Amino acid sequence: MKGGGLRAYAILYLLFLYAPILLLPIFAFNSGTVIAFPLKGFTTQWFAQMVGNDSMRRALGNSLTIAVCASIFATCLGIFAARASTRFEFPAKGPIMGLIMLPLVLPEIIVSISLLVVLLSLGVKLNILTVILGHTLICMPYATVILSTAFNSLDRSLEEAAYDLGETKWSAFRLVILPLVMPGIISSLLMSFTISLDEFIIAFFLAGNEPTLPTYIFSQLRFPKQIPTIMALGTVLVVMSIILLTIAEYFRRRGIAKTGAKDTGGFL
Amino acid sequence: MASGNRSQSVQGLTLISPPLAYALLVMAAPLLTILAYSFLKDGYLTVVREFTLENYRAVWTDPIVRTIMLRSLGVAALVTLVTVVLAFPVAYFLSFVVSPSRKSMWLFLITIPFWTSYLIRVFLWKVILGYNGVVNSGLKTLGIIEQPLSFLLYNVNSMVITLAHAYAPFAILPIFIALEKIDRSLLEAGRDLGESRAMTFWRVTLPLAMPGVVAAALIVFIPTIGDYVTPALIGGGKIPMIANLIQSQMLDLDNRPLGSALAVTAMLIVAVFSLIFVALNRRFLKVRQ
Repeated sequence: MKGGGLRAYAILYLLFLYAPILLLPIFAFNSGTVIAFPLKGFTTQWFAQMVGNDSMRRALGNSLTIAVCASIFATCLGIFAARASTRFEFPAKGPIMGLIMLPLVLPEIIVSISLLVVLLSLGVKLNILTVILGHTLICMPYATVILSTAFNSLDRSLEEAAYDLGETKWSAFRLVILPLVMPGIISSLLMSFTISLDEFIIAFFLAGNEPTLPTYIFSQLRFPKQIPTIMALGTVLVVMSIILLTIAEYFRRRGIAKTGAKDTGGFL
Repeated sequence: MASGNRSQSVQGLTLISPPLAYALLVMAAPLLTILAYSFLKDGYLTVVREFTLENYRAVWTDPIVRTIMLRSLGVAALVTLVTVVLAFPVAYFLSFVVSPSRKSMWLFLITIPFWTSYLIRVFLWKVILGYNGVVNSGLKTLGIIEQPLSFLLYNVNSMVITLAHAYAPFAILPIFIALEKIDRSLLEAGRDLGESRAMTFWRVTLPLAMPGVVAAALIVFIPTIGDYVTPALIGGGKIPMIANLIQSQMLDLDNRPLGSALAVTAMLIVAVFSLIFVALNRRFLKVRQ
């Protein structure tokens, strides 16, 4: 096999990447109350405790509401940005796109603290709406990137054919472009949903007294008794993320296949 | 044709305006507010509208701030170095060894851990490295050590391990993209002209991959320096970084002008370091050409 040494290194590297995640289910099903070896025995009681926990259910409800709203808003804004940047030339395009992509590289602490200061001085009450505001902002660049790939691989002659056949701008968009970029839209929705579901810093500063799953987890980490339940919750979160990402990846590839472009791989 | 261009601009600008307005309102305006606050005076629980440079003087002369700032820079630099050096061979493997049809599967495998909850991953490192953690209890069970190793948790090393793990996929992707762009015939040319494999790598592949390496370094360095969770969990709150300091000034002590000055200073330092890095690289590339 080609590149033996490199391949071995890459596999070791993958193991290092996955090590913490692989430990998660091991301890979520371990009956010992301390997270340490040797393992005690198999149990599902932590999962049962998790399901029976009221504040955790409230956190889950909040997280889902936030993630659904933020992913829809971010994807809508992303459609505008992606369509504008792939189809049109306009003045100050570089700086404008740079500004829209900026949350990708700006430390989250800066984004959340500055937003918090402004909201507090405006007298806005902190609740899940303010978290949605922040999450939409940080999901927008990701949505824009995913959707730009989708819009980029569009053949412009399809759109022109629709105009020639008497469609208006809007109906051409709805009947021709939208179905072709639909896989990209679904992929962007799922991606933003996953980002929002896992996001901690913005939720921590902007949620006020409303818990989300990550902030709930953070608040429970101080209590050793709660750790096994948190491991169970973590397992559920990770499994959910992986399923969502796999579906997102499936749609992304299908979108590329649909427009006949070559797969360049990867989300970023 | 001119009118065509003009209508293009109008249409483009109309389309871009909703996301642009959102970015301006939710990001740019708050950042400008922070900038304005940093020049104002702090009254008790309020902000006095009076211009002053006092906050910056306080930030730049305070030894505690300096220590924490230097620590943040040191940790971020070390994490960047470790991630980029460890990631380069993986990116090289992906680009040059893996067959094209399997590349997206490998990329997918590498990005999955990045998309799973950051908080849980950081916490898991605490569980792994802790005094009674997975490493220590595992080694004890195997009879390799008798006493738990105490150097693993609550220090800078453990923060570097955790952060390097968290940002690993960030480093691989830009390098991979740069390597993918390299025209393979250049490498053949290098070999044909009598260069050894190592020399071809050193004189052709590496310089061409440098833009990717720079992008990777920046994309790791910037979020690492502003990281909040890892110092709070892995550092046990005892070795704060700049994000923790900003948070405590802004919220716990409610000194918004000083906190703002800290945030602006941190952003300036990050910007300066990034520019130096990009400039150095440009010079490096010019010399090699």
